[in-house]
Amino acid sequence: MAEFVLENLRRRFGDALERVSDDRGDLTVWVDRGRVHELLEHCKRDPELDFCFCMDVTAVDYLSLGGNPRFAVVYHLYSLATGKRVRVKTGVPEDDPVVDSAVDVWKSTDWFEREVYDMFGIRFEGHPNMKRILCHRDFQGHALRKDYPADLRWKLLRPDDLLDEISPEEMQRVRARVSHPISE
Amino acid sequence: MGLKEGGETSRPVGDTKAPESVFTTTLDKMVRWARAGSLWPLPFGTACCAIEFMSVVSSHYDLARFGAEVVRFSPRQSDMMIVAGTVVDKQAPILKLIYEQMCSPKWVISMGVCASSGGFYRAYHVMQGIDEIVPVDVYVPGCPPTPEGLIYAIMKLQEKIERGDPSHYQVVLEREAAAARGRELARV
Amino acid sequence: MVFKDAALTPEEMPKTTPVPDPYGGRLPTGVSWEPLGVPGQPASAARGTGLEVERHIVEEEGLSADPLAEDLMVVNIGPSHPAMHGTFRLKCWLDGETIVKAIPEIGYLHRCFEKMAELHPWQEIFPYTDRLNYMSSFLNNVGYAMAVEKLLGIEIPKRAQRIRVILGELSRIMDHFVCVGTNLVDLGALTNFWYLFRGREEIYSLMEHVSGARMMVAYGRIGGLMRDVHAGFEEEVRALLATLPRYIDDVDGLITNNRIFIDRSRGVHPISGPDAIDWGWTGPCLRAAGVPYDVRKAHPYYDYDQFDWQVPIGTTGDVYDRYLVRMEEMRQSLSIVRQALDDLPDGPVNVDDWTIAPPPKDAVYNTIEGMVAHFKLTFEGVQVPAGEVYSYTEGGNGELGFYIVSEGAGQPYRIHCRAPCFAIYQNIGQSLEGCMLSDIVAIIGSLNVIAGELDR
Repeated sequence: MAEFVLENLRRRFGDALERVSDDRGDLTVWVDRGRVHELLEHCKRDPELDFCFCMDVTAVDYLSLGGNPRFAVVYHLYSLATGKRVRVKTGVPEDDPVVDSAVDVWKSTDWFEREVYDMFGIRFEGHPNMKRILCHRDFQGHALRKDYPADLRWKLLRPDDLLDEISPEEMQRVRARVSHPISE
Repeated sequence: MGLKEGGETSRPVGDTKAPESVFTTTLDKMVRWARAGSLWPLPFGTACCAIEFMSVVSSHYDLARFGAEVVRFSPRQSDMMIVAGTVVDKQAPILKLIYEQMCSPKWVISMGVCASSGGFYRAYHVMQGIDEIVPVDVYVPGCPPTPEGLIYAIMKLQEKIERGDPSHYQVVLEREAAAARGRELARV
Repeated sequence: MVFKDAALTPEEMPKTTPVPDPYGGRLPTGVSWEPLGVPGQPASAARGTGLEVERHIVEEEGLSADPLAEDLMVVNIGPSHPAMHGTFRLKCWLDGETIVKAIPEIGYLHRCFEKMAELHPWQEIFPYTDRLNYMSSFLNNVGYAMAVEKLLGIEIPKRAQRIRVILGELSRIMDHFVCVGTNLVDLGALTNFWYLFRGREEIYSLMEHVSGARMMVAYGRIGGLMRDVHAGFEEEVRALLATLPRYIDDVDGLITNNRIFIDRSRGVHPISGPDAIDWGWTGPCLRAAGVPYDVRKAHPYYDYDQFDWQVPIGTTGDVYDRYLVRMEEMRQSLSIVRQALDDLPDGPVNVDDWTIAPPPKDAVYNTIEGMVAHFKLTFEGVQVPAGEVYSYTEGGNGELGFYIVSEGAGQPYRIHCRAPCFAIYQNIGQSLEGCMLSDIVAIIGSLNVIAGELDR
């Protein structure tokens, strides 16, 4: 089933691949957190692998299963040319929930990583806008963690003004592009 | 209504047929009849119920028959807000803002179980009923309610208006005014 | 009591900063919220006007209160907006009519599907999946059921597969009806909305006959379907096949060569194939950009590779191409339905395993095995073996994926829905720069962003 994918990854990252499984037709590769960005970039750039699609980025909280590390960030990659898929997982500990962002590899990981942050609290280093995306801005806690109660709500009194997503320098640049001069 | 066959349209003054073409009523009743017959909805549609609302205004179920054809997306121009779909906590301040921008008299129909009580989403981001923040006149159960259900709700609202019942907004305002008066007295 | 006391002094007004204790106090339901007002002033001053609130928001933005000062116009589109496209927000800074900066915000319909799924047995999640892409609810059922069946390692009977294909393609047609209809009504072409919704009503009638519900059918089950189709199913579908093309042809005749529509949609928001792939686009929007990726052709399931049909591809990926791709996809779907209906075998619609699909009612009432199986299924749920799987189907908008982690219990451990709209809507902020304000409705309509799927 996708042996050439596994061989390619083993050749390049043999030591960093923690475990590999091929269950029910899905190839899953666990990789060390420090090298996951390198592996993802290799998956995209390598002409033999050519994983042009990053279909999905999500996370799983293994607290109830007693997992160590507690979280796993899961990437689902797909190659249009070869038709193969691979699942890349990386363990993330609870006390240091940081992973390198893959936004520079595929632009599609942008909002998926924001969602993982919103739901699990795992920050992505290098993401341009690490902010909650689904829950509102006064929401506290991370909802899909196993120790977050399902019906604990938070009140929002005013809508978000979104001004924190645009820096003053960028606003200056935007104003400079305008057709008519804007008086200060 | 009193016209003779042959289409006679003009009558001499003092015509004995006049009572058939004149009726007396109170101003209140006229105003209520007019209000009930021309409820302009503001569809605050969020989810699946909004699609059923679209079905209701479409040709098969045709809400225009009830005077509610003029769907106005501006709160300043409408008098009935139909909250169709789940309102989540992020949407709540916007719902409140839109509701406050509507002019009196105003009514609210909470369409679907999500708007009425949170539906089957007892969850961390879903408001358990819009009556947490806006006063609701008619609740429509269903997920989504059939178009007949929504039409029945609008008919019930029309009956409520024609009966002269105050809208729930007025009920709440009076309750608050009474509470404020009570507090004033207590302070004194 | 709905509204809190309006006559509170500023000191008595509740503070707006939330309490820093996430798992301590709970927010009771039925709590009253103070009316929106200016913080520090009694809220009664703001009731009924909204003006004070608007002015305060203007001041918060840092925009000048002087009406003659020149600055970029800020238009906040949504989340409550006249375009018939769900609850998302787009904050635009405008230079005249041209957008110079746009920031999207979503989450206005985040209904916590994934958390709810962790609390229910496997078979009780079907109604939640219905409400993901609520335009084509049966396709979500099929996607989820396929994922669980992949975990279980079972294959459903042929009849169930064919019926899933038939109703799935009719759901896809329903989805495209709404997408095209609402896209056109936002541009002002109201007639097409009426025509296409009439066609949608006809499919609703069939769905109601088959499953009991018009929209949220919840007809799929693990191992097959809720029940077999009714006796007149074939005739009804053939009647649908005879009437639905008329609606597509009517809209085609009105719109495809319409000067106004072409002016509003040609060249609006084009996207190149590699760009679309990098953004994770799938479905009709990706195919309009020229990339021939359709899950039904690339990774066929349920005999899609044995039916004779084609995948329509566009060239520039603009709004017009997306419209054309959807119109042609509807015709191809009708052809698939016809072929599947011609080849509908007899037989059961559920797997013959009472630990997965419930036994028939006469076995439940008359045999011990049936009763026990029914009891175990209802109380413990389907026992899905431990493992994880990512299963993908072609939803109305693209690759609808379900990533399911099971711990071997009757309830899922984790379900993640890969929503096609989520990837498609991501680049709207960047790609809208340079577009005109009135293009926004055309673009958002053509992307077919459905908030239920976007926010889950």
